[in-house]
Amino acid sequence: MTLLEIKDLTQLFSGLCAVSELNLSLGESELIGLIGPNGAGKTTVFNLASGFYQPTHGEIIFQGRNLAGLKPHQVSALGIARTFQNIRLWKEMSVLDNILVAQHFQLGYGLGGLFFRTPRYLKRERDIRHKALELLEIFKIDKFADEKPGNLPYGMQRKVEIVRALSSGPKLLLLDEPAAGLQSTDVTELITLIQWVYDQFNLSIWMIEHQMKVVMSLCSRIAVIDFGRLIASGTPSEIQNSPEVIKAYLGDDQL
Amino acid sequence: MKRFSVPILLVVLLTTLMGLAWFEVIDLYIQTIVLFMGINIITSTSLNLVNGNMGEFSCGHAGFIAVGAYVSSILSVALFTKSRAFGAPLLPPELAAYGFPLVLIIGGLAAALTGLLVALPSFRTRDDYLAIITIAANYIIISTIINIDTIGGARGFMGMKRVIFAMEKCAEIPWMILWVFIFMVISVIIIRRYMSSTYGKGVEAIRQDEVAAEIMSVNTNRIKLVTFMISSGLAGVAGGLYAHTVGYVNPKSFDLLKSTEALVMVYLGGMGSISGSIIAAVVFTLMLELLRPLQIIKWVAIPLLLIIIMQFRPEGIMGHRELSDIFPRLKKFYKFK
Ligand SMILES: Nc1ncnc2c1ncn2[C@@H]1O[C@H](COP(=O)(O)OP(=O)(O)OP(=O)(O)O)[C@@H](O)[C@H]1O
Ligand SMILES: [Mg+2]
Repeated sequence: MTLLEIKDLTQLFSGLCAVSELNLSLGESELIGLIGPNGAGKTTVFNLASGFYQPTHGEIIFQGRNLAGLKPHQVSALGIARTFQNIRLWKEMSVLDNILVAQHFQLGYGLGGLFFRTPRYLKRERDIRHKALELLEIFKIDKFADEKPGNLPYGMQRKVEIVRALSSGPKLLLLDEPAAGLQSTDVTELITLIQWVYDQFNLSIWMIEHQMKVVMSLCSRIAVIDFGRLIASGTPSEIQNSPEVIKAYLGDDQL
Repeated sequence: MKRFSVPILLVVLLTTLMGLAWFEVIDLYIQTIVLFMGINIITSTSLNLVNGNMGEFSCGHAGFIAVGAYVSSILSVALFTKSRAFGAPLLPPELAAYGFPLVLIIGGLAAALTGLLVALPSFRTRDDYLAIITIAANYIIISTIINIDTIGGARGFMGMKRVIFAMEKCAEIPWMILWVFIFMVISVIIIRRYMSSTYGKGVEAIRQDEVAAEIMSVNTNRIKLVTFMISSGLAGVAGGLYAHTVGYVNPKSFDLLKSTEALVMVYLGGMGSISGSIIAAVVFTLMLELLRPLQIIKWVAIPLLLIIIMQFRPEGIMGHRELSDIFPRLKKFYKFK
């Protein structure tokens, strides 16, 4: 079953073609990679898939539903969650509150309930909090629940961001360079974490990553883009030996 | 203990104030200052919701105060008193005591609606746009009032004292102390409940990273509108209370200086801090009374104060902290957040 289907996706930024006629599909319970040199358009693809940009051309179909015209919060309610290349946690809010806010699409109460503290409101708030704490426990970060993310080590912040994304129970998790800025011991831990998430939660993962070690050990399939164009796609070993890919990366090195 | 400490404190405070006023231990002048404190608490905590918690810059709070003041004044005068503008009372004046809170709420709703009209276009564009559009709205509201002759135009609108007299026919108690107190407490409860809910935490998320908020499923456009409406609605209630405390309103009392006063209280107290806003409102009200002899110099002193605070302590004195963060022992008595 296809979960996400990208058709002829094109994104222009005042003349600059960040993504160009991209076609790609992602099945249920798949873990695939998206790689490419700096500025290739990877993050832009994720921004399009999370509804942050409306594509100049082409479409994105998620679970049979066209995402055109949907706001990011609506896309996230449909089941696409993501992390960011530069961590975007709410730094002055506790870790727990970070997880809570990501439940906005399923609060299940209105302003009236909130102001009068109706039983339904109190129950929903209790349930949401309970679930969030449970999740923090599963990831063994419950001791940081009241900590501000800004006070946590970088690797831990990355982890919290992944947990925040997972807390909405997504069908598709987009990870934008989860290993960026991590030390090599943390990277090993991250690989285990992502594999564990993939095994435990019933979802698909699509990740952008520069560190080959991460992509190669996790992804069953990798898409490579350069200048917004898909230049190769296949298993990790196929990609490693693809002349197109080597050229793209060597070209990048010479710059 | 924790549960009842503040309610008990509030009841004691209210009965003491009412008692002191009833036995005329405190004269009308002191009573008015106390009333202004309560009203200013509503003004500052409500503006804090937008400027402190949401991180937008609203500069025209007085516009919404004006809407609430005029709408509730016109209603209460027309409904419960004989006036030159509206003739005989539409309802028996004995009902004033019961009708007054409703009239205040209607004034608040009118202000909230005005807030919606102001916010609707401004949240779709860049950040500083709200600052400009709220200043403009403040002016538009005042000029509109000035140009409506039936409600007194530039001369102002009066007759609200008679509403109080009508209430006193029902029972001879210091009504305004009661109403200001009740509505102040309700306003603070509304803001506190809002900000401590998961829904309200979305407001904080917007201030800290709006893009992340939207992508993590917060309907940022809607929550910004709702927050702005709550803020302007409560400002409207403050306006209604102000009008009935003074007994007379004049469009000039809701100009940019009044908006600036509200800003000073928020920044003095600290961005996003409810207890800070409350303390600042009390301190600032006293300070304004002391500065009263300065008259026109207020126009220099108050904006200057705002500049000084924003320059040296942009987060305000309590910046995003509650009283309990500074005096942790208070947590024993009350859960601040
Ligand atoms: N909002 C925008 N406005 C204009 N240009 C943009 C915008 N976002 C991205 N770009 C441009 O689009 C191109 C692709 O950017 P993108 O961030 O998607 O690259 P990337 O593959 O994620 O790179 P990196 O590996 O450095 O993260 C770049 O040239 C970038 O400058
Ligand atoms: Mg990127």
